[in-house]
Amino acid sequence: MYRRVSILLRKHFVSVLILCASIVIPFSSVKAADPAKGKALFQTNCASCHNVHKKLTGPALAGVEDRWPDKKLLHQWIHNSASVLASGDKYANELFNQYNKTAMTAFPSLSNEDIDDILAYVKNEEKNTPGGKTAVADPNANETADKGNDNSLLFGIITLILAVVALILMQINSNLNKLAGDKEGVPTADPVPFYKNKAYLALIILVLFMVGGYLTIQGAIGLGRQKDYMPEQPIFYSHKVHAGINQINCLYCHAGAEKSKHAMIPSENICMNCHKAIKEYSGPELTTAEGKKIDGTAEIAKLYDYVGWDPEAGKYTKPGRPIEWTKIHNLPDHVYFNHSQHVVAGQQQCQTCHGAITEMDEVHQFSDLSMGWCINCHRTTKVQFADNNYYSIFEKLHQDIKDKKIDSVTVEMVGGTECQKCHY
Amino acid sequence: MEQKKYWKGLEELHNTDAHQEIVKNEFSEELPFESEGLLNATTPRRDFLKYLGFTTAAAAIAASCETPVKKAIPYVNKPEEITPGVANYYASSYAIDGEYVPVVVKTREGRPIKMEGNTLSTITQGATSARVQGAVLSLYDTARLRFPSIGGTETTWAELDKQVGAALAGLGGAPVVLLSATLLSPSTKKVIGEFLAKYPNSRHVVYDAVSYSGILQANEASYGKRVVPSYHFENAKSIVSLGADFIGTWLNPVEYARQFAQTRKINAQKPEMSKLFAFESHMSLTGANADERYTHKPSETGAVALALLAAVGGSVTAPAIADKRVADGIKKAAESLKANAGKALVVSGSNDVNVQIIVNAINNIVGANGTTIDFAAPSNYRQGIDSDMTKLVSDMNAGSIGAVLVYGANPAYDYFESQKFAEGLKKVKLAVSFNDRNDETTELCKYIAPDHHFLESWNDAEGRTGYYSFGQPTILPLFKTRAIQDTLLTWSGNATTWADYLKNEWVSKLGGQEAWDKALQDGVVEPATAPALGGASFAGDIAGAAAKINSAKKGGGKLELVLYEKVAIGSGKLANNPWLQEMPDPITRSTWGNYACISNKLAKTYSTQLGDDYEINVEKKVLKVKSNGKEIELPLLIVPGIHPEVIAIAVGYGRGANVGRAAAGIGKNAYPFVSFNGQTFDYFTTDAAADATGAKETVALTQTHNSYEGRPIVKETTLEEFIKNPLEVNEDRRELKKFGPDFRKDATLYPNFSYPGIKWGMSIDLNTCFGCGACTIACQAENNVSVVGKEEVAKAHEMHWIRIDRYFSGDEDNPEVVFQPMLCQHCDNAPCENVCPVGATNHSSEGINQMAYNRCIGTRYCANNCPYKVRRLNWRDWNGADSFENNLYDVADMNDNLTRMVLNPDVVVRSRGVMEKCSFCVQRLQEAKLDAKKAGHPMKDGAAKTACQQACGADAIVFGNINDKNSEIYKIRNEQQVDRMYYVLEETHVLPSISYLAKIRNKDAAPKAEKAPAHKEEAHHA
Repeated sequence: MYRRVSILLRKHFVSVLILCASIVIPFSSVKAADPAKGKALFQTNCASCHNVHKKLTGPALAGVEDRWPDKKLLHQWIHNSASVLASGDKYANELFNQYNKTAMTAFPSLSNEDIDDILAYVKNEEKNTPGGKTAVADPNANETADKGNDNSLLFGIITLILAVVALILMQINSNLNKLAGDKEGVPTADPVPFYKNKAYLALIILVLFMVGGYLTIQGAIGLGRQKDYMPEQPIFYSHKVHAGINQINCLYCHAGAEKSKHAMIPSENICMNCHKAIKEYSGPELTTAEGKKIDGTAEIAKLYDYVGWDPEAGKYTKPGRPIEWTKIHNLPDHVYFNHSQHVVAGQQQCQTCHGAITEMDEVHQFSDLSMGWCINCHRTTKVQFADNNYYSIFEKLHQDIKDKKIDSVTVEMVGGTECQKCHY
Repeated sequence: MEQKKYWKGLEELHNTDAHQEIVKNEFSEELPFESEGLLNATTPRRDFLKYLGFTTAAAAIAASCETPVKKAIPYVNKPEEITPGVANYYASSYAIDGEYVPVVVKTREGRPIKMEGNTLSTITQGATSARVQGAVLSLYDTARLRFPSIGGTETTWAELDKQVGAALAGLGGAPVVLLSATLLSPSTKKVIGEFLAKYPNSRHVVYDAVSYSGILQANEASYGKRVVPSYHFENAKSIVSLGADFIGTWLNPVEYARQFAQTRKINAQKPEMSKLFAFESHMSLTGANADERYTHKPSETGAVALALLAAVGGSVTAPAIADKRVADGIKKAAESLKANAGKALVVSGSNDVNVQIIVNAINNIVGANGTTIDFAAPSNYRQGIDSDMTKLVSDMNAGSIGAVLVYGANPAYDYFESQKFAEGLKKVKLAVSFNDRNDETTELCKYIAPDHHFLESWNDAEGRTGYYSFGQPTILPLFKTRAIQDTLLTWSGNATTWADYLKNEWVSKLGGQEAWDKALQDGVVEPATAPALGGASFAGDIAGAAAKINSAKKGGGKLELVLYEKVAIGSGKLANNPWLQEMPDPITRSTWGNYACISNKLAKTYSTQLGDDYEINVEKKVLKVKSNGKEIELPLLIVPGIHPEVIAIAVGYGRGANVGRAAAGIGKNAYPFVSFNGQTFDYFTTDAAADATGAKETVALTQTHNSYEGRPIVKETTLEEFIKNPLEVNEDRRELKKFGPDFRKDATLYPNFSYPGIKWGMSIDLNTCFGCGACTIACQAENNVSVVGKEEVAKAHEMHWIRIDRYFSGDEDNPEVVFQPMLCQHCDNAPCENVCPVGATNHSSEGINQMAYNRCIGTRYCANNCPYKVRRLNWRDWNGADSFENNLYDVADMNDNLTRMVLNPDVVVRSRGVMEKCSFCVQRLQEAKLDAKKAGHPMKDGAAKTACQQACGADAIVFGNINDKNSEIYKIRNEQQVDRMYYVLEETHVLPSISYLAKIRNKDAAPKAEKAPAHKEEAHHA
């Protein structure tokens, strides 16, 4: 089950790049309608049936504004497609028939501005090629950064050279001593070869003991830690395809992240919301980390087998079986971790802990999930001190901000590094 | 005020040598090795090196194993209402043995893990008891029957239905009897009625193991109504209990204790409280909480009632009461009752019809009817009539009964002539049991059709007439059981399922599906406005009852025997519940078993070795108790305050081998001592004798495990003195002023820590803590506190995070009792924190004394340095939390995969060698804070409740943020209870976060001279 693969795309700047990209791109085309808002609306309301570039349950949305004769009609269609169909509109009826008479969900709650936002987003997206990679980091840059920071090899070599020099000098010293002694006629003991010299042996044993001890302790600390753990899963489920290319909101599947301590691995009925319609994989080629080619359509068929769906007949034909995913992120039992605390109260992005999940075909553990890693983040991360009224009780800290003694409040300052915040 | 002396046992009162020894060696613990000591071994050094090498190698191998692969398995189709990690709550009802407590059940991922009281019920108002708190564990009892069976072999329900159907058809008109304990469910009774209607001459016999037939029959004789009225202790200013333990075990104690508590809340602005008199034979929980308590022999119960009637002005001649103290007490009680006419109440625990008629007469005179006793909406808590049961048993033996269907009753164990019942059952053609386990009665039945646990089943309950509560499945049935109602519906040929049947009943009663849905959500349906209390006109034959009482035989023996129920175990129905077995009895502080309670005076007659230091030794002398021609052997236990000529034995023990591992073989069955007086069962005998057998047996007591060495930790005063000078109770706090105006800051060299956001604090009112133990079990359920078993309790290894210390004071024959819940005080200047070598226990910015289990290395320094003795070491691996296998120590099947389903997933189980203690239910605090953060508002007072606080029916525990000036805890400390509030061992400057409110007794102020009882005070470290 263990497959450790060196992942080059790591470190924070990948996510920073993604963030930058997602901020920069929308702002490059500022209009009355807000594509950034449209993106959120699209992902919440539309993404389960529509994609910008591909047909899903419904048509690809690229060029949708050009296809519809009238923007007003399009608004009406989105608000309530049945009324447009009833009015006998030709294009609408053709569309309806083309898509197996699957009625589009009515969205009476979306305002015209909302719809314009979505359309702006769609228009924006049209420019990107299908499967567009908005943010791909240069792996080499990462490597150089790694090397630049890591001087331990250099130090090691220098230490080794110095040690050899010291050894040689000491040998020379003892030889010279002997020679000097011989010259003055002072009898000196026969030289002891250095491998029999007790001082050397003691020194070597001491060094070995220290190095061995250091390695043992490091090994012991690392026990149970599984950074980069990337097990093979029963279905080759690609987060890159779902969350990256198709931009399905993380919370669509991991709905628990907002409500519960568990983010929740989605139940199979969530998969089937989309995969009743999406029977084939037509995206970019999928390969495992070892380079094995994966047939996406066959993986979807595996899902059908688990859930008992017959795609030909279009109905469930046998009782479903649960999928036994291999759990990647394992915390010890004595740690209490709550997703909703971090996602809702802390306003953290999933990527902060899980890395560039939208770029991972196979998910691996991005962070080492060690206590030091948790604590470091709690020391530096700022809480929503001014925005969340919960913190109004911290009167002294508010006063300190007012007095300009501090400029922000970190998790640590409100007790976020105390034992019983996570251990009980 | 002069400090009163408190003692937890006679050994402390008399400060014996053995007591001094045990105090000196409190923390020493013998190593659990059987060898003669490592140093005496022949090659200790070599062996040591071998062990060292082996263990290092073993640990290395164990540790270098690969991290196990874990699976995450989601639902195929997730139920809409379940979010893993978030609890769901369902309203339900606890209605075992006629006790009525509407509850709310907390479920996690579909598993019920905790029960709380339903605050929407006006009867219990969210109160619970230890048994209610413990009942959730019984759902996961490994001894539950898992399938229907015929003659001991598993069968299918279809086959069982077929065979029983044929057997019922073949009865040939012989009567069918459904034998049950009191049922509160009106719909179940309807189902039973419809089933029995199919068979001529059939009947439903209600049999209560601990009977209240006397009250029912007396009310029929006095008022023409065979009911238990509803009692309203909250309206009473003067209460007299004649052996009725209404706080602990009598009828529906959860309800009464809550009502009584409302009359005991007091502060200096409103210095009023009720007065409780108790006349009893042994020390009950109610007696322990009484303001005035008197003891008499059980055979004198009638005489005491008659004397009281005469004293309040009844037209009877008062019999002579020999004991002057009791006679004076009766006079006092009568005066109090008369002075509070219309606000007075007398209750009696006697099951004698005549005594109850006399009690009715007293209540009638003091104006209780319609004020503290309500006949308009009577209670249904007990319905069994004893003569119905005795008649059934003789009918069975006569062979005239065709079928007996047993549901929730267990007469083969708890009927006084259980042998006769068993023989009778053999003569019955068809014997069916619906019981949940293979208990003594079920073993005798051929057909076993196990019922669901109440948390798996639909139900309704009518505790008080017109007041309904409901039950709904909180989990799918764990086993192949079937609701008894479904079984009976099937057998009566009704194809409706019980769920539909109940729904149809209520939809038509409430007038719609929506109303039914709301009823299930709320859990209760009650009258919109409480109906006016109704009286009843008394028409009892006082003279006749008095004559019968006077002519009753007084017994020839020197000793008398009284049977009682323990608060945790009750009649014995929940006996196989390890939590309840291990809960220390409020009075004796003993766990796991029953014993013969006797006075110190009586104990000394058995052996000169017995006496004052007797409580220290866990090995107790065994007594052979004889009465009624029966005898049992039980260890004796000295209980101060018990009448010197009385032996008290708890029922509910001595269960059969198949009822479960926790109950089997624990204690002895005392039910055979019950007798039938022709009308009702008597729970006392007058001809007891007892001899020492020479054997010894362990009784696992907990109170002797810690010593405060006489330091003043309890404060109390009398009502009179409190009114005169409210501050007097805290006189010693003035001493603290000598450090400066602010004791917290001025009395220390250490810096003063600030608590910038929240600072948690708790207040415990000693006046309304009755010692019932609900908090102990609630804490155990909430925090996964381990069960350790009798042997380990005897070694002082019990794990309870909150214990209720019981202290006696005064005269050893008539002591006063005070209960003090003791839990981690979360000291701001905690002595435990300084001594931990690894920093495993430290302080949070919210004032919580935190315990990081994974840092703890088990030095026990913290426990030794804790002035409150609240830290608990895991001496063994109780939970299988160790890395090494086969270390598990489990005496009660607490680690079966089934039982472990009760564990709270938000709290870890602790491994061996780790210290633990109260965490202020930090998981609940964190959850409440997170909810507030997510909603974006400051925490509301009351949003975070600890488990003990929520369980307490008397609201003795208040918890909250003392930095919040609007919180209840802040108001109690700074506004309402400034006079009574104190901290335990405040002078040590540990700055506890828990404050206590001094106890106030409503008794005449004792003359000063009486305050220093004649004992060796000077020997104590004052």
